[in-house]
Amino acid sequence: MELYAAMQVIWWLLLGVLLIGLAVMVGMDMGVGTILRYVGRSDVERRVALNVIGPHWEGNQVWFVLGGGAVFAAFPLIYATAFSGFYVVMLLLLWSMIMRPLGFEYRSKLDAPAWRNLWDWALFVSGFVPMLVFGAAFGNLFQGVPFHFDWTLTSFYTGSFLWLLNPFAILCGLLAVSMSVFMGSVTVMNGAEGTIYDRARTLAIGSAVVAAVLFAIGGFWVSGMQGYTIAHAPGAGVAQTPLQQGVERVAGAWLDNFHADGRLWLLPALGFAGLLLGMLSASLRRSHLAWWLGALAWIGVIGTAGAALFPFLLPSSSEPSQSLTVWNSSSSRLTLTWMLGFTLVFVPLVVWYTSWAFYVMRGKVTADDVVNDEHSY
Amino acid sequence: MHDASVVDLSRLQFALTALYHYLFVPLTLGLSFLLAAMETVYYITGKRIYRQITQFWGKLFLINFALGVATGLTMEFEFGTNWSFYSSFVGDIFGAPLAIEGLMAFFLEATFIGLMVFGWERLRRGQHLAVTYMVALGSNLSALWILIANSFMQSPEGASFNPDTMRMELHSLSALIFNPDAQAKFVHTSIAGYVTASIFVAGVSAWYLLKNRHIELARRSFRMAALFGVLATAGVITLGDALGFVGGNAQPTKLAAMEALWQNEDAPMPFNLIAFPSQDDQTNYGAVQVPYALSLLVTHSLDGTVPGVEKLEQEAEQRIKAGIPAVSALKTLSKSPGDAGATAQFYAHQDDLGYGLLLKRYTDDVTRATPEQIRTAARDTIPPVAPIFWSFRLMVALGLAMLAFFVLAVIYTMRNNVERKRWFLKVAVWMIPVPFIANEAGWIVAELGRQPWTVYGVLPTWMSASTHSVAYMIFSLAGFALLYTAFIVVEMYLMVRAIRNGPDEPPGPGGSDSDAPAPNLAAEMEA
Repeated sequence: MELYAAMQVIWWLLLGVLLIGLAVMVGMDMGVGTILRYVGRSDVERRVALNVIGPHWEGNQVWFVLGGGAVFAAFPLIYATAFSGFYVVMLLLLWSMIMRPLGFEYRSKLDAPAWRNLWDWALFVSGFVPMLVFGAAFGNLFQGVPFHFDWTLTSFYTGSFLWLLNPFAILCGLLAVSMSVFMGSVTVMNGAEGTIYDRARTLAIGSAVVAAVLFAIGGFWVSGMQGYTIAHAPGAGVAQTPLQQGVERVAGAWLDNFHADGRLWLLPALGFAGLLLGMLSASLRRSHLAWWLGALAWIGVIGTAGAALFPFLLPSSSEPSQSLTVWNSSSSRLTLTWMLGFTLVFVPLVVWYTSWAFYVMRGKVTADDVVNDEHSY
Repeated sequence: MHDASVVDLSRLQFALTALYHYLFVPLTLGLSFLLAAMETVYYITGKRIYRQITQFWGKLFLINFALGVATGLTMEFEFGTNWSFYSSFVGDIFGAPLAIEGLMAFFLEATFIGLMVFGWERLRRGQHLAVTYMVALGSNLSALWILIANSFMQSPEGASFNPDTMRMELHSLSALIFNPDAQAKFVHTSIAGYVTASIFVAGVSAWYLLKNRHIELARRSFRMAALFGVLATAGVITLGDALGFVGGNAQPTKLAAMEALWQNEDAPMPFNLIAFPSQDDQTNYGAVQVPYALSLLVTHSLDGTVPGVEKLEQEAEQRIKAGIPAVSALKTLSKSPGDAGATAQFYAHQDDLGYGLLLKRYTDDVTRATPEQIRTAARDTIPPVAPIFWSFRLMVALGLAMLAFFVLAVIYTMRNNVERKRWFLKVAVWMIPVPFIANEAGWIVAELGRQPWTVYGVLPTWMSASTHSVAYMIFSLAGFALLYTAFIVVEMYLMVRAIRNGPDEPPGPGGSDSDAPAPNLAAEMEA
């Protein structure tokens, strides 16, 4: 394979790794935000749940920042077209997300119950909404998004905001929310005790079942959906614009890759296995194992979506021939190569010191800790 | 075609959100290093007071840091949401430093900040010190990569246009990273952060000294801030001069605007200390000039000159005319890639492509541009002179005022009589807003001075904006206005409250509150 094409595939895979990192690490913190008001009934209980992720949410959030940066650097056309096309949705995502750092940092600075209650709602919104949007965005990729380019490659989005919240997108959004609730619940189980632990366990079991059901429904839905397939194009590893290809819409085409290579079925299998075994582990109070199984489930689910879409990244419903693919929206060979070098050096480093941070802060958070430690949230 | 009001609203939104973000960033940059310095003293001397000092300023640091992080997310979104053509046109170059920033710097800062806050009881002293240094290193590396990205907009190095992909592409990463503009700007900007933090620490400490509270903490903090601040301010001014030197070569239109230079003058050129520039008349009213000074300042010699607006407009007009064939060649290449004639035509004119694109504001088909449109486009290449001229003078004046302040602060604190200079302590409190204003003014000079380009000489701002409706822009502006106003009110309230409450120590005038000292800390303090 030509080097440029190899780089494009590698960056498509790395994008998957980053999205999985985002879903696992940011998703669990957002899950904790979503369930905060349920697992914690009193102020102290909520503070315990918050402080379980207190030392780590900031670092975890960088997976999101890095995900955005990597799409920008490796697939600039995707970043440009998706962020501007999904304008209102992106703003809802952003506005809910920027409440999160403040929720953590400012919530417990004042004693007033109304103040804390307000920030608890902010943390709920900033956990629930981003995961819903994250999933819904994926859902829209399967259906195509109405955009086209002029000759300068200026993009025009011709859909409405409400259209992005169609039933399939909502289904994908709820799948993402339920998986993040699962991860958040087992994270709370990892770090808390007593009634908080019991409530989190109930939620973990319930959310895993919901996620598995939604994943199954989504699978059937996609199998009958109008998929996209490339009729003719300059091909992999060729410098090109999205104005040079032909694309057809064919019912069931999203399963083409699975028909071509049966091993890909392992990905949805991994998704189901992770969720169901995760549920079992949570109910057996093996929360650390459940966390890892939940992470595997994310690999399975995101992997399934990626495998179905490949090589499409952002199909256009209004001008299918201008759909964005791995081949026509990636950065140049030089940029991809340099970025790969940086990734190979720094990602292991990040994993190493993040693991150390988790190791230092290991153990349970108790009500006494929260009340007595002046640094806690 | 773009809608004029959408482009203007997109610019307004970006400017407001960037200026807002930039209220918090410099303090984070500087305070992280001051925290590391304070903790170093704690590590070496083992005195509890320095641990208390580090933790107190650390608490204020976090209140500021949260909003810096939150508003930084906005910046990462906005390139895509509101400047989508910019993002796809230069994403091959501009995206890389942003991604590397996340990978190399922000991860470091954000991961270790959790340990810095929560790790006091779990880490050995040396380990915690190392963690604090990692936070400082992370925040400063972060600034480095962001400014490398920004410098590409100011002085695009290491990239060229590829007609096969219809965008700018990287051809040298080292040219991008070692861009002289990036180097000078990084040092100037990060040290401006140290100045900001020094003024902040000195001002808050002075307030305690005036109120006769937390004397030990305030006296020591004030001295550290004074020493740190005098060095940093001298550095900012030196590097600001270097930046003017580098930037003046890279962006003659910005320099002409900063100095309100309309017509060409012979060397040695006088410096406009005060003037009231009129863009319409292309002249200054009421100018107070210092002879010889401009040549000395911007060329570091007596016989150097820099071009004025009149000459720059003439040059721009020529380049716009030369850029028209480049644009029309691209239009052909877009339909039939690889067309030999169009390719040759493009490469003959590629240096002026950006200038040709300036005409897209006035006509969709640039080959039909009228001489009048070309002249108007050439006039556009001069950014708004008066606000840049005045922002620059404001920044420099405030910088010099801060230098004078720190020199006095060092003298008084070394003589151990700063507590008796009550007038000076009052001045110190009133100095707190000064670096923030100077920082914002600096941003205006750098970014408004870059207009009408997003990437200087390469991509006009006009084309860079996303093609939204006015309604979308009003929606987003209203949302930002609402949220950001609420955020700043909350932040200021918490910051002032934390300062009023002071450090955690045996009951002070602040009375009892939720931040009462932990029993274990009290026990340690006796030990």
